[in-house]
Amino acid sequence: MMNKYKKILSGLVMGLIGSTTIVSAEEIALDGSTTVGPIAKAFAEYYMAKSPDVNVTVSESGSGNGAKSLMNGVCDIASMSRFMKSSEFKAAAEKGIMPVAHAVAMDGLPVLVHPSNPVSDLTVEQVRKIYMGEINNWSQVGGPDREIVVVSRDTNSGTYETFYGLIMTHEVDGKKVKEKIMNGAEYVGSNGAVRQRVQNTLSAIGYAGLGFVDRSVKALNINGVYPDRGTVASGKYPIARPLYFFTDGYPKLGSHVYSFVTIHLTEEGQEIVEDIGFVPVTQY
Amino acid sequence: MLKTKSIHSPGNIILSSKENFVRRLSGFLGRGFLFLVTSTAAVAILFIIYFIAKDAIPFFQIRENAFAEFFTNSHWYPSAEPVQFGVLAIIIGSALVALGAIVVAVPLGVAASVYLSDVLPFSIRQFVKPVIEILAAIPSVAYGFFALVVFAPLLQKQGGTLLSVVWWILAIPLSFLAVMVLSDLLTSKMSSEKRRKTGRAVLVVILSGCVFWALYSVGGALNNLNITTGTNALNVSIILGIMALPTVVSVSEDALQAVGRDFRQGSYALGATRAETVIKVVLPAASSGILAAVLLGVMRALGETMVVWMASGNAAQIPVPWYNFLEPIRTLPATIAGDMGEADHVLGSARYHVLFAMGLVLLLFSLFCNLVSEWVVSRQMKKLRGGA
Repeated sequence: MMNKYKKILSGLVMGLIGSTTIVSAEEIALDGSTTVGPIAKAFAEYYMAKSPDVNVTVSESGSGNGAKSLMNGVCDIASMSRFMKSSEFKAAAEKGIMPVAHAVAMDGLPVLVHPSNPVSDLTVEQVRKIYMGEINNWSQVGGPDREIVVVSRDTNSGTYETFYGLIMTHEVDGKKVKEKIMNGAEYVGSNGAVRQRVQNTLSAIGYAGLGFVDRSVKALNINGVYPDRGTVASGKYPIARPLYFFTDGYPKLGSHVYSFVTIHLTEEGQEIVEDIGFVPVTQY
Repeated sequence: MLKTKSIHSPGNIILSSKENFVRRLSGFLGRGFLFLVTSTAAVAILFIIYFIAKDAIPFFQIRENAFAEFFTNSHWYPSAEPVQFGVLAIIIGSALVALGAIVVAVPLGVAASVYLSDVLPFSIRQFVKPVIEILAAIPSVAYGFFALVVFAPLLQKQGGTLLSVVWWILAIPLSFLAVMVLSDLLTSKMSSEKRRKTGRAVLVVILSGCVFWALYSVGGALNNLNITTGTNALNVSIILGIMALPTVVSVSEDALQAVGRDFRQGSYALGATRAETVIKVVLPAASSGILAAVLLGVMRALGETMVVWMASGNAAQIPVPWYNFLEPIRTLPATIAGDMGEADHVLGSARYHVLFAMGLVLLLFSLFCNLVSEWVVSRQMKKLRGGA
């Protein structure tokens, strides 16, 4: 019984989706990461101004939901702040969707502390140990005798996944080990909230997107490299990630989706990316 | 309706069987419709319980030892490898925050409701009560914003000073009262009037010296307290306590009003003062109503999501020692809200079902509280009716 209803319902839904795509072919739907959101929205504005007959809608429901939307055919482009997981690839392939990644920009994850904190240099190893709880006082890394308040993004975010993959995962004797962030770490729901916590807390440490660094917080050198556009683009800064658009297969050449996912390669596209605080993938 | 004319026409008082049938049918339909409308709420509750339980139970089936892990482990790593779903710390966090909220809301709320119902003149009460109830109309995200942006930095910078000021404000009048009452009681057995007076004076001086020293040392300790992080259990407890205040005040004031004039006048007639009347007559008579108010307040605090998600720090840990309110904690509603987005993209995973299991725990506890408060209220009704 249940299955029969499900089939009828999914048939109806599919029919609806099918009919809408036929009726309005000039519609591009994006869904996914809140980090990539500003890029997607700026691109959408730019593209709609250039070709007024196209309507671009941007939803921000998180990287995981973006991948799900692409699989279910409810969006044309999934914006993601992390690469697709193997489980997502598998689920997509089973539904006949072949995700193709387009890296549209680079984003660094600066490690932030309070401006009054004398510490200005940490290694990846030290950051990992701080987040594991093995280092719990600033005096252990050359700072004042103050207990460290560890602030992390929530486990729901692409930012967390990137940090977890680049900092908390390391090789021990040739084996990949994923360390756990300590129990006492505070989790906050947005990049802005991370900055808010760090600028108000003398002994806090946190991480957020490159666009969120300003005078109210201090970004640390990691392995001696300061996070800025140059070091992120060149790959010298160790906590950097590409941001992606995913499409189902490579879009048909000349189609609107194709033009949309190649905006970042144009000069205007690179300027847009830079304007909103990210790093273009191409150097010009 | 069709037959109105015939009904009202004189000489036609006895209904024909057809008219009788139509009237009974329309009456039945009307009652049935109202019954359906009323039962919607009850049906909604049943549906909510059913669907949450339906998605919660698989968690205990697809993981080995899930039950023991859920309730006895305090490691919450929903996205690590291997995953761990220990919810103990989160349950304790929820309980801790609810406890803190009670400690803030109950003395304030009950005192305020006594003041409203038995001390304030009627005209002023009409004005003050709605103002307190406005607290309930402020959206919780506004409270959360205040807690995160204003209160947390304040706790970090001047937390110790703030706490010691609060301590002085609360402790001075209370200890003054205690010293007075205590010295009165201790000297009441003395025989001669003169000796009693001097004895009381001596006792007051000695006791206030001791009490002041105790207050001073505690206040000093609080003043030197360094709060490392402002987003902690204390912050959330205070904010949730304020949020629960209107519920507590309003419900317990209603309970105090329900006690009735005859109780109070009877007490006055026996020569009791207003304080004696309130403490020995009105409060005991209204006690079950006040308990119901407290339980409602607890449920408000327990289910609150936004404030907790913004200002509790969301650290899944049991504070050391457990009553350390200055540590960040994590609660059930905040975890459900925070983890839902990433969890549902792989439908059927343990990470998805564990959130429903947490929801079920929360729901069952709320239902339990609700039942207890219903029971308590009905008992009070009976008692009052019996007493009157």
